[in-house]
Amino acid sequence: MIEWVQPSLFFYLGAAILPFLKGKARSALLLSIPVMALLAMLSASQGIHGVVSFAGQELVFGRVDKLSLGFGAVFMVSAFASLVFALHVKDCREHISALIYVGSAVGAIFAGDFFSFFLFWEIASFSSVFLIWLRGEKGSNAAGMRYLLVHITGGLLLFGGIVIHVGSGGGIAFDAMPEMGLGPTLILMGFLINAAVPPLHAWLADAYPEATLTGVIFLSVFTTKTAIYALIRGFPGTPILIVLGAIMAVYGVMYAVNENNCQRVWCYHLISQNGYMVTGIGIGTALGINGAVALAFTNIIYKALLMMGISSVTHMTGGRKQSELGALYKSMPWTFVLFVIGGFAIAGVPPLVGFVSKSIVVSAAAEIGQGWVILMLVFGACGTWLHPLKLIYMVFLGEDRAKDRKIVVTDPPANMLWGMRILASICIFFGLFPGLLYGMFPHPMDYQPYTAGHLVKAFQYMGFTLLVFMLFLKKLTPENYISLDTDYIYRKGSLVFMWLVKRLAFLRHVT
Amino acid sequence: MNLGDFLRKYGEDEVFCKKAKKGFYVFLGLVVISDFFVPHDAVNFIWDKIPGWWSFYGFISTVVMILLSKAIGHAWLMKSEDYYD
Repeated sequence: MIEWVQPSLFFYLGAAILPFLKGKARSALLLSIPVMALLAMLSASQGIHGVVSFAGQELVFGRVDKLSLGFGAVFMVSAFASLVFALHVKDCREHISALIYVGSAVGAIFAGDFFSFFLFWEIASFSSVFLIWLRGEKGSNAAGMRYLLVHITGGLLLFGGIVIHVGSGGGIAFDAMPEMGLGPTLILMGFLINAAVPPLHAWLADAYPEATLTGVIFLSVFTTKTAIYALIRGFPGTPILIVLGAIMAVYGVMYAVNENNCQRVWCYHLISQNGYMVTGIGIGTALGINGAVALAFTNIIYKALLMMGISSVTHMTGGRKQSELGALYKSMPWTFVLFVIGGFAIAGVPPLVGFVSKSIVVSAAAEIGQGWVILMLVFGACGTWLHPLKLIYMVFLGEDRAKDRKIVVTDPPANMLWGMRILASICIFFGLFPGLLYGMFPHPMDYQPYTAGHLVKAFQYMGFTLLVFMLFLKKLTPENYISLDTDYIYRKGSLVFMWLVKRLAFLRHVT
Repeated sequence: MNLGDFLRKYGEDEVFCKKAKKGFYVFLGLVVISDFFVPHDAVNFIWDKIPGWWSFYGFISTVVMILLSKAIGHAWLMKSEDYYD
């Protein structure tokens, strides 16, 4: 009897078969892949599986424990909902890219050694870029190329770190780094790039909004969360992560204030949310790690829901910017309601899932007496609430900024609505039954989210954030600008580099 | 009545919107007052002893976030959409 099947195999095989199928058979195959992969995961016993000897090393393709199982299961639920959302897409190449990308992310989650982890990590990077290029616009071609170059850089750092770490006797097992030397530092930098930690984050807000409308849903989940998983596995309790995470939490919400492109607002929001997770990993206590895991699991669900909401709006209206949308609650009522559930969930409005997951990292910071971290995280939490409010108002309420629109706008096709309904239901279900969520965490935890103290604290900062939003509504009117970020360095730097290369080539030609 | 009609009925009802706004202000007041009576889970920091602290902090944080981002954006970071073209 087969004891273990690498879940990524279902995705790779599915991607190979998909071009030969059409219509309902293709849809059935797409939806059955994450279901089969989930069943394969859940039927495997915890321990080490899939050991392969290669070049004198033992590669482990199946490390099954609570952490990998939890991430794997949430990945599969998110992949299922995202594939439901993408069922109407006729371009087979987009589905194939998504399947290889998701399969590789899942493969990395179960990898027990650095080499197999690196293999899946790189396939994920290369397959995901097609989700950007397949949009087929000038902006997406260039953004995809920048995305690829950044991830190649990150991959090289990671590979260099692995070689140095293994060469200095660290072994190939992918476990917590015992001490920081050159090898682990390079590995950490590779992970930080994919986790979008400032100043190495700009690729995310640059590339994701240029992806296809369904591709951006997959992208918003799998790259950064695989990196968060890798940080939990390799660098728990690394103090610098507390500082970087707290900065991220603030940086993301500050940048989102001026953004006009709706997907880009969510990208900066995502960076802020990842900051909470990075902080929890840096704290490294059982509560800190559980807090990071809680946020990763729940963020995968509500961030995908929110991305779907904006993709639905763009799919039906053609608009991507707040300045060209408004008052859509009348014509897209289901999208509006589901988007509000996602927005309220990410902000931590009780009784949705964000409320039961968000406060854990803050409690972990209190446990180790780091008051400044709490103040920065709550600052970030105010922004996490401000931006959903802003998008709900600017896109679905407020004035209609596209009155002369010629097309009749309705809710999107049924498959897109069902993709969102699945995720919205999860946001409500785990908010009402947090014990089931907590049972998936790596460390046992006795945590009560619904205390009077927690509720009053949340209602206070959220209530007054809403008040400020109402008072500053005019100030928040979307403006037709972009904001410079750290990608400026390589976008402008590459022009200088090319000028130098041309100059040198010319001089050589003259001499 | 379908969902669209239901939302439109309340969204376009100015009396309802005014009442909702008033209800929200009452809710804010009640939340601040309740902080004087609610037992706190743990007192670790000085702000844990100040009733209404998180209302104040939420208000200030959001004001700072909006004003500072807009100020830096207008002074430095915000550029026309074809800046990189």
